[in-house]
Amino acid sequence: MLVIHRECCGYCGACVSVCPEGALELVDAFLTVDNACRSCGVCARVCPVGALEVCDEEPV
Amino acid sequence: MKSRYDALVIGGGPGGAIAAGELAGAGHSVCLVEKRPAIGAPVRCAEGIGKDVLKEFIAPDDRWISAEINGARIVAPDGVSMTVEQQMAGSKVGYILDRKIFDRDLVWQAASRGAEVHVKTRATGPIVEDGAVKGAVLETCGTTRKVKADVVIAADGVESKFARWCGVDSAVPLRELMSCAQYILTDIDIDPGLTVFYLGNKVAPEGYAWVFPKGDRTANVGIGISGRRSRDGNRARDYLDRFVAAQFPGGKTIEYIVGGVSVCRPLPCTVADGLMVVGDAARLADPMTGGGIYNAMKTGRLAAGVASESISSGDCSSSALMAYDRAWRDSKLGKTLERNWRIKEYFITLSDEKLNTIIHSISKMNLKDFSVFNLVKELIRHNPRLLLELKGLHDSLKAG
Repeated sequence: MLVIHRECCGYCGACVSVCPEGALELVDAFLTVDNACRSCGVCARVCPVGALEVCDEEPV
Repeated sequence: MKSRYDALVIGGGPGGAIAAGELAGAGHSVCLVEKRPAIGAPVRCAEGIGKDVLKEFIAPDDRWISAEINGARIVAPDGVSMTVEQQMAGSKVGYILDRKIFDRDLVWQAASRGAEVHVKTRATGPIVEDGAVKGAVLETCGTTRKVKADVVIAADGVESKFARWCGVDSAVPLRELMSCAQYILTDIDIDPGLTVFYLGNKVAPEGYAWVFPKGDRTANVGIGISGRRSRDGNRARDYLDRFVAAQFPGGKTIEYIVGGVSVCRPLPCTVADGLMVVGDAARLADPMTGGGIYNAMKTGRLAAGVASESISSGDCSSSALMAYDRAWRDSKLGKTLERNWRIKEYFITLSDEKLNTIIHSISKMNLKDFSVFNLVKELIRHNPRLLLELKGLHDSLKAG
């Protein structure tokens, strides 16, 4: 699953524009991910600051 | 907010503002919505624009001009630089804007021409009837409204979600999305009239680093790298921090922004039934420079012209709106985009050694007009061997 590190996110929308599923959405300064996400990790690659991470399971 | 307008514009950047202003000026009812609470902020831009193209849209105003630019410098990977001053070309070259004020002025201009403006108002989806876009669902502080319109203009920037919701695939390939980071640095030694571009695979793989003056000792200092070259430890911000440490170790950061810029070809089609897509949302940023302000304003204006006729004639089908798609593709802007995309595809293949050779060669030329077109034309003239590698590029230059 995709984990958003909000303390790093610069809410720029670069991730939104490359997502093949249209699963990401920037609501003002708040990035959201919906269940269309396939954890492909393209967004995590493009992020200028490393705010996105694909994890095997939900972190505790 | 009313429940119906002639036109609904999604996004309050330069493309949306110009489109809304022109439509309102033509006597149509227009609603412009911006999802952010403030027009122009946060900035996601290096803020450069040419003087000659800017004045097609708005008279220059000191309130939003941070710096006047009279030349450009390109720095090769080995540090050798070439500078092009524009004194030969009259009053040309450009400005570095203050986008927070500039964008607000454009929307202000649209509002004074009669457009309705709503901030902190976000489109969450289109209204579709019989396969045609007929408006949008808008959300403001938890309240949802359906707003109908004859035409919706999607000017929602690099995210380009509205077109996607309407079935237009606007996703950018990873390799053609430039991952960018920028600081406003102050207390640094710069030439306040020169934009500087640093090339090289160590500095900015498949992109460049820039220093765009915002004052005597202040500049937008940023970097863009291809998405496919971005990874942990080597992300845009990591490259930027290394660049700043090397070039401006004493600089003080007074603003920090990140962003994405598409350098792909434009959308194959920028209209659908009831829908027009302009600016960054239509993937119209220049693939060579990453510049998108002018292209957004220009396509915003072209879209408004066609929308106005279509609204008046009562036909907002994709075949009627196609006049907009044809207009920008046939214009100088459309041809420049295609040519610069080809040039970009060539440049990203170059090794640092080859970039050095090319920039050394350009530095010996007498370039009077610093444009991508002239640069490449001169380059080929001085390096005929390049032609072998650049056959397609050369043909496209002749065509352009």
